Amino acid sequence: MSTITPTPTRAPHGDLPPAGGHGRADRIGSGLFDPKQLLKSFPDALRKLDPRVMVQSPVMFVVLAGSVVTTVLALSDPADWFGWAITGWLWLTTVFANLAEAVAEGRGKAQADTLRRARTDTVARRLAGGKEERVAGTDLRIGDLVVCEAGDIVPGDGDVVEGVASVDESAITGESAPVIRESGGDRSAVTGGTKVLSDRVVIRITTRPGETFIDRMIGLVEGAARQKTPNEIALTILLASLTIVFLLAVVTLKPFAIHAGADDQTSLIVLAALLVCLIPTTIGALLSAIGIAGMDRLVQRNVLAMSGRAVEAAGDVSTLLLDKTGTITLGNRQAAAFVPVAGVTEADLADAAQLSSLADETPEGRSIVVLAKKTYGLRERDQGELTGAAWVEFTAQTRMSGVDLGGRKVRKGATGSVLAWVKERGGRVPEDAAALTDEIARAGGTPLLVAVQDADGARVLGLIHLKDVVKEGMRERFGELRRMGIRTVMITGDNPLTAKAIAEEAGVDDFLAEATPEDKMALIKREQAAGQLVAMTGDGTNDAPALAQADVGVAMNTGTSAAKEAGNMVDLDSNPTKLIEIVEIGKQLLITRGALTTFSIANDVAKYFAIIPAMFAVAYPSLDKLNIMGLTSPESAILSAVIFNALIIVALVPLALKGVRYRPVSADRMLRRNLGLYGLGGLVAPFIGIKLIDLILTLIPGIG
Amino acid sequence: MSPQAAGLLQLTALIAALALACRPLGDHMAKVYSSDKHSRPEKWIYRAIGVNPAAEMRWPSYLRGVLAFSAASVLFLYLLQRIQGSMPGSLGFSSIDPDQAFNTAASFVANTNWQSYSGEQAMGHVVQTGGLAVQNFLSAAVGMAVAVALVRGFARSRTGELGNFWADLVRGTVRVLLPISVIGALVLVACGAIQNFSGIHQVGQFTGGTQEWNGGAVASQEAIKELGTNGGGYFNANSAHPFENPNPLSNLFEIFLILLIPFALTRTFGRMAGSLRQGYAILGAMAVIWIGFTALMMWTEFAHRGPAFEIAGGAMEGKETRFGIAGSSIFAVATTLTSTGAVNSFHSSYTGFGGGITLLGMQLGEIAPGGVGSGLYGMLIMAVIAVFIAGLMVGRTPEYLGKKIGTRQIKLAACYILVTPALVLGFTAVAVALPAPADSMTNSGAHGFSEILYAYTSGANNNGSAFAGLDADTPWFNTTIGIAILLGRFLPMVFVLALAGSLAEQRPVPETAGTLRTDKPLYAGLLVGTILIITGLTYFPALALGPLAEGLAS
Repeated sequence: MSTITPTPTRAPHGDLPPAGGHGRADRIGSGLFDPKQLLKSFPDALRKLDPRVMVQSPVMFVVLAGSVVTTVLALSDPADWFGWAITGWLWLTTVFANLAEAVAEGRGKAQADTLRRARTDTVARRLAGGKEERVAGTDLRIGDLVVCEAGDIVPGDGDVVEGVASVDESAITGESAPVIRESGGDRSAVTGGTKVLSDRVVIRITTRPGETFIDRMIGLVEGAARQKTPNEIALTILLASLTIVFLLAVVTLKPFAIHAGADDQTSLIVLAALLVCLIPTTIGALLSAIGIAGMDRLVQRNVLAMSGRAVEAAGDVSTLLLDKTGTITLGNRQAAAFVPVAGVTEADLADAAQLSSLADETPEGRSIVVLAKKTYGLRERDQGELTGAAWVEFTAQTRMSGVDLGGRKVRKGATGSVLAWVKERGGRVPEDAAALTDEIARAGGTPLLVAVQDADGARVLGLIHLKDVVKEGMRERFGELRRMGIRTVMITGDNPLTAKAIAEEAGVDDFLAEATPEDKMALIKREQAAGQLVAMTGDGTNDAPALAQADVGVAMNTGTSAAKEAGNMVDLDSNPTKLIEIVEIGKQLLITRGALTTFSIANDVAKYFAIIPAMFAVAYPSLDKLNIMGLTSPESAILSAVIFNALIIVALVPLALKGVRYRPVSADRMLRRNLGLYGLGGLVAPFIGIKLIDLILTLIPGIG
Repeated sequence: MSPQAAGLLQLTALIAALALACRPLGDHMAKVYSSDKHSRPEKWIYRAIGVNPAAEMRWPSYLRGVLAFSAASVLFLYLLQRIQGSMPGSLGFSSIDPDQAFNTAASFVANTNWQSYSGEQAMGHVVQTGGLAVQNFLSAAVGMAVAVALVRGFARSRTGELGNFWADLVRGTVRVLLPISVIGALVLVACGAIQNFSGIHQVGQFTGGTQEWNGGAVASQEAIKELGTNGGGYFNANSAHPFENPNPLSNLFEIFLILLIPFALTRTFGRMAGSLRQGYAILGAMAVIWIGFTALMMWTEFAHRGPAFEIAGGAMEGKETRFGIAGSSIFAVATTLTSTGAVNSFHSSYTGFGGGITLLGMQLGEIAPGGVGSGLYGMLIMAVIAVFIAGLMVGRTPEYLGKKIGTRQIKLAACYILVTPALVLGFTAVAVALPAPADSMTNSGAHGFSEILYAYTSGANNNGSAFAGLDADTPWFNTTIGIAILLGRFLPMVFVLALAGSLAEQRPVPETAGTLRTDKPLYAGLLVGTILIITGLTYFPALALGPLAEGLAS
């Protein structure tokens, strides 16, 4: 066979359900939310009331300060029910904000606990001067060599430098099927905490204890290592400046009110209530929860982002570099057609092809047997059925497989090898064989020759067209990406001709053929110089520089530790197609922030219409006309606005955690939709909400 | 023809004239600021002030140029007023008091032209023509230079260079403001405005007694007063004075001059940024606000009912019969939505809502279309804020004209939008709380509050118009309004130029289908919404206690 295909290290789990069909609408957007989480996280929310923690969010810090001030005021006048009511709801507003964050973090905590169980203290068998010594796993240093045999827990992250072993990585990936780890090549990385199931390997430790992959994972899912992302910082600044603007508006309102003769109606409690209603508390409260939930959505898809910055960058990606094999095409080529030379029937060729492939256990060989069965009903013959058959197995050296049945010898394999075999036996090669070979190659396929030697001498019967099979639904998916403004570039080691054919079939925008790691690197730099943000996946050590250079580099968990170190995300499933989902999650994260910011700011209009007449209708009766909601009394109007402001936070927690529904459409359509939903919705919703709360409040005796 | 129909016709004629003139002027200005040729007089100027006009400046040196030049201008204008009494050509007026001289100097250098003096009773020919009129040109040219620097920030990439301040200043004056104001002055003279250096005339009145009228280079100052969105009148009555604004035609022409450059600069912006459509989106947002405000103003002024108004045919108190309700309303909106501040009627006498519209117009930051230069950069700052919120909603790090709006850009834009609300609300609060400033109010209650709010709004936003009714020539008001004017003008410029520098250094992001289209009506609409909500919400409580309380009562 012409290619050596990697054996899958994992059960067929790699081929995720194709895009399209079921589950498409909420491909990105799921994420469970259980209302019980709110109750469970309540104690955590209270713990977060520490001002040193709260100061991280300027908006909520102002609310906290407001709560403290109103508490003091309420204490100084304990008979005033209104003061207590406002105080209570301001505290609730603060707690609700913390609750959102606590719920978001809570989901990661469960995951972290599972991981912690894997990080048991291990005893390492360190090799020192050719001798083995037993040391604690925590005493290992970078460069130490350790031995692991069946049943041992790998003591730390490292690369296998000697031997092959099957390893149970379920502790980190959740996947129970064991994977093969071997020295050299791209599957040498082992992770501390995983278990060696068979054989013996020598591992060179590559990380310090406490900084291992599992340690970092725990930090990431718990959100302990969470830093604000650039975009989050920019948004925080904007929100802080809006807070200052409203602080100014409210602080200066006191002298204005005194001048207007409305001193009594603008007590500090009322002003604090107005301030909290005006500053963008909704987004301020949910901002960090949105970020944590975004990371969490990735974790649910078994992707670990090393920083929130990477998740955000994923949303900005404008060029996707996708490896052909495994991402765009199924991992292996498959037989697509039998092409006989003149004078040979297709059925005869199929029969010979199947016979010669029975001893070929590679996926390509299997696909030939299957194709013959499918198209000609040729039953797959068991090797044992044919007595006296001498099987010739496929090897990388001969690049041929076949069978000798008495005087009949059948062979199939790479064109060069088979041609040599035929010529060796003085056989003839039909004139059209070369033309047919070229034709298949031009179409992007790989030609295999089938030849036979029998009483008529050695001769070529025809060709097998091996084809890269483009995964189902990829074309549509690339179309979606194009509409989102993302260009896809296919990377392949194939020749340009083959690459072009597959690129056209898959519908990618561009391709890089006969790609070396240097070519890949040069392509990334070129794209970046043009201002594009590049995302790619990779697993090999030679991918590491490109992974580091790319704006979003997703390393496969099966890859080398060098690759995992270089990338800013690790896909535990090692499924390169997931890059597309990662981009969508990144976008969804930003959209959710924008939507809630818009909603939060639009909310203010209604609150003014509730509170301004409540404060000033006594001084200027004409301002009562602004009370368009017809709220019952000044007290209930202000209280309703404050209650709405607090409740809307809780109401939006599920949205913040799940993320705004995302569909791959153009920026224009997306803006129109979100602006309508969250802009206009944010304008109208509080009018209705405040009125409803007011109606309920009037039912309570003593109010209204 | 009913007055309403006449008003509509005037507005239509105005829009048509602007539409015709903005294209060639915008293109001309783009050429002026992009050319590398220097005319002979320009070379003389560069040699005289000792600068190399071809030297590119990064934002700190550009800013140093702006600030140094403006500081020198303030000092010069201050001294000129302080020695007026001992100079010839001063019509015998004495020197100006220090607090008023500071206020006036700050005001004219900052393109505000707040006047706490009466022109015909305080300023002679030398100060008027040699000091104030000169600043009318230069302060306008400074505003345009800063706007052009910001546009270059968007247009250029991977360089921190924003052009040369001195070249921009000189070119804006020589190639844009001077030629148009010469034509403008001629048109005004043709309409009947005066232009002379005569002394004070004693004129008899119909009712007996005499009146003093002085002459002056009025038409020339009037042209640049409007064209440069300065607004400082030769006479106290400003554009209501028949020597400044003799008839409805001159009135319409003056409004045209006010709006000409600010609107045309959007075309310049589109040209220089390499996409005319981007300029149209900004123009669209400005035009929607301007036309909307004008329509509202006409509606509230025409709709005003009551016995006195019925007899007068509408809300005519404080308005000139020459211009009527429509001519006054269009002028009032144009002057407050730009940083002009010239008035042809008393804003204090408008209906409650009408007064509110003039106030809100200034509080929006004077960006629709705004002052010369300052309108464009103010609007672009709002465009950055709008793009940030909207950009997030399409799932990308927001970008405008290919430049990423990141932490630094938002920080600078946020600082920009903080300055004027802080000045307006802060000073108004202190003035209302202190006993002495409050004594300057003519009215009590909501209207009195509007007087003070209007004064600081006008000062901090560099408008310069007065609500009337407030005695502003007190040390308190002269000083605080002077400070508000200077901070309101130059602090935002610091942030604009820093922003321009940070943008110019960036590598542009190529446009894709995932990019938010900022040259579409949807975005222009979003921009209008952002402006109205963000600035509207800031001032809502203050407006409620002033014009709204008044307007809703009637």
